[in-house]
Amino acid sequence: MIGVGLLAVFGFSACAWRPAIDPISLPAAGSFSDGLVQRGRELAGVGNCMTCHSIEGAPAYAGGYPMQTGFGIVYSTNITPDRNSGIGQWSEEAFARAMREGVRRDGKHLFPVFPYTHFRLLTDSDMKALYAYFMTREPATADIPDNTLSFPFKVRALQAGWKLLFFENHDFQSTTAKSELWNHGAYLSEGLGHCGACHTPRNALGAERDDAAYHGAIVNSWYAPALNSNNAAPLVWTENELFVYLRYGVSDLHGVAAGSMSDVVHRGLVDLSGDDIRAIAVYFADLGGAGEISNADVVTAMKVTQADPGGAHVAGAELYESACASCHFNTLGSPSALRPELSLNSALYAPEPDNFLRLVLQGVSRKDGHPALFMHGYASSLSDANIAEIAQYLRARHVVHPDRADNNNWQNIEERVGQIRHEMEVSE
Amino acid sequence: MTSFSLNGKAVETKSAADTPLLWVIRDELGFTGTKFGCGIGMCGACTVHLDGRAIRSCITPVASIAGGLVTTIEGLDADGAHPLQRAWIQSQVPQCGYCQSGQIMQAATLLQDFPDPSDEEITAVMTGNLCRCMTYVRIRKAIKMAARDMRSTEPKHE
Repeated sequence: MIGVGLLAVFGFSACAWRPAIDPISLPAAGSFSDGLVQRGRELAGVGNCMTCHSIEGAPAYAGGYPMQTGFGIVYSTNITPDRNSGIGQWSEEAFARAMREGVRRDGKHLFPVFPYTHFRLLTDSDMKALYAYFMTREPATADIPDNTLSFPFKVRALQAGWKLLFFENHDFQSTTAKSELWNHGAYLSEGLGHCGACHTPRNALGAERDDAAYHGAIVNSWYAPALNSNNAAPLVWTENELFVYLRYGVSDLHGVAAGSMSDVVHRGLVDLSGDDIRAIAVYFADLGGAGEISNADVVTAMKVTQADPGGAHVAGAELYESACASCHFNTLGSPSALRPELSLNSALYAPEPDNFLRLVLQGVSRKDGHPALFMHGYASSLSDANIAEIAQYLRARHVVHPDRADNNNWQNIEERVGQIRHEMEVSE
Repeated sequence: MTSFSLNGKAVETKSAADTPLLWVIRDELGFTGTKFGCGIGMCGACTVHLDGRAIRSCITPVASIAGGLVTTIEGLDADGAHPLQRAWIQSQVPQCGYCQSGQIMQAATLLQDFPDPSDEEITAVMTGNLCRCMTYVRIRKAIKMAARDMRSTEPKHE
């Protein structure tokens, strides 16, 4: 028995062990062409590397960003080419191995909160461009806090077991039945864009569930909406609305980008060409099953919601009139991006109230959404009960309707407001 | 330290980041046309423009508007002759006057979005601006007068 056990441990260790890759001295910046570095910049934007590898007040890409996982906090690493605390000693081979297999230069396994499960799809030429971009950044030293993962999740060698269960390393496979643009969109979204990392729910061991790809998930107290036909918005996302949203951060028919999606749009995709964004839009429009939307569809969708729910919702209605209506009112059939139309708004139709409540509490900053669109938060002026009343009123008026697919009201809203308020205070 | 533009001039404030914009505008920078009403964003008396759109300055932390363009009633028009201000005088809208700068600033955003507003549109957008003297009927009349004026002349105001 002991012999079998030892053999198993030995066998697993052999699988888990990965060699270190020799250190190099930092390649001269001139050894990378400007064009390559520029493409790398765009790709780093697609991956939105900035958001998870930077913290406010510190140099870009120097790491230290705390990522909440179900197993503890993992702090992101310094990916500037600093010799000691960054990736200055990493060859292109070491960089590509980390991206495709989740293994550090020294041979230790990375945790899957780093989405190598997506990055494995990167082509060699894109990998080269991304490497060129990061090796030409300003090196910055960083002192990263220790992760707070609990045992046994903190054992890096055990990640080999996780990879056996949930990771298959292969290149991007194009779908011949689809257009070139669709395939390019799929490559960007499934690969470097790692959209599924937020929009796909994870299993108990933190792996994205293949059987629920893009079904929507809660990430850092934000709901990342479903990107397939499960999306609850009353009007489907057309290619054009997706394009405008990803380019400008706001859609007439769905609302504004907030939370980490705002970073994706305004820090990530900002350098990307219109063609690349169009490809992503084509891919997700198809995934969501979108056709076209006519003005009559918009009128119909807004009309479903005209009835006054009255009754127990009167308190919420009064608060809405005083606090919200002057900015959010639109004429039937003419929703404006600068007057976010709540009868169509994604936050209100989400299965969880988190996004809606968070937006009411903290508002929409000038950096979120659209530069001309600002909403002050109501954390200091509305009580938990007030915000719950507004949420209940708006759900009753717009969502809980026999003509809607999802007509359940949100539960325990007031408690949730309190929890989110507390989370906001802690993170300040 | 927060920097922003107030009525076309660059200004800086040393107030704490969470100080309401209203107090910075009134007490620190001396523009007292904007009024304090309820202090919780429910009455509209403190309405100013941020980047050309109406906001309630009493619940807007000053740090959150850093780099923005803020306009108060004093800056709506250099000569105090915005079509809304002219219509307000012609219709003798104010009674006590306390809420009126907020009413006018909100109405300016209304007319940007709805250049020919219906009664429903006026009611829906102006509903967050309370007037305890009940000047609502004259406010509605003045808004329509200003809308006609603005549609018939070249746009020269924000």
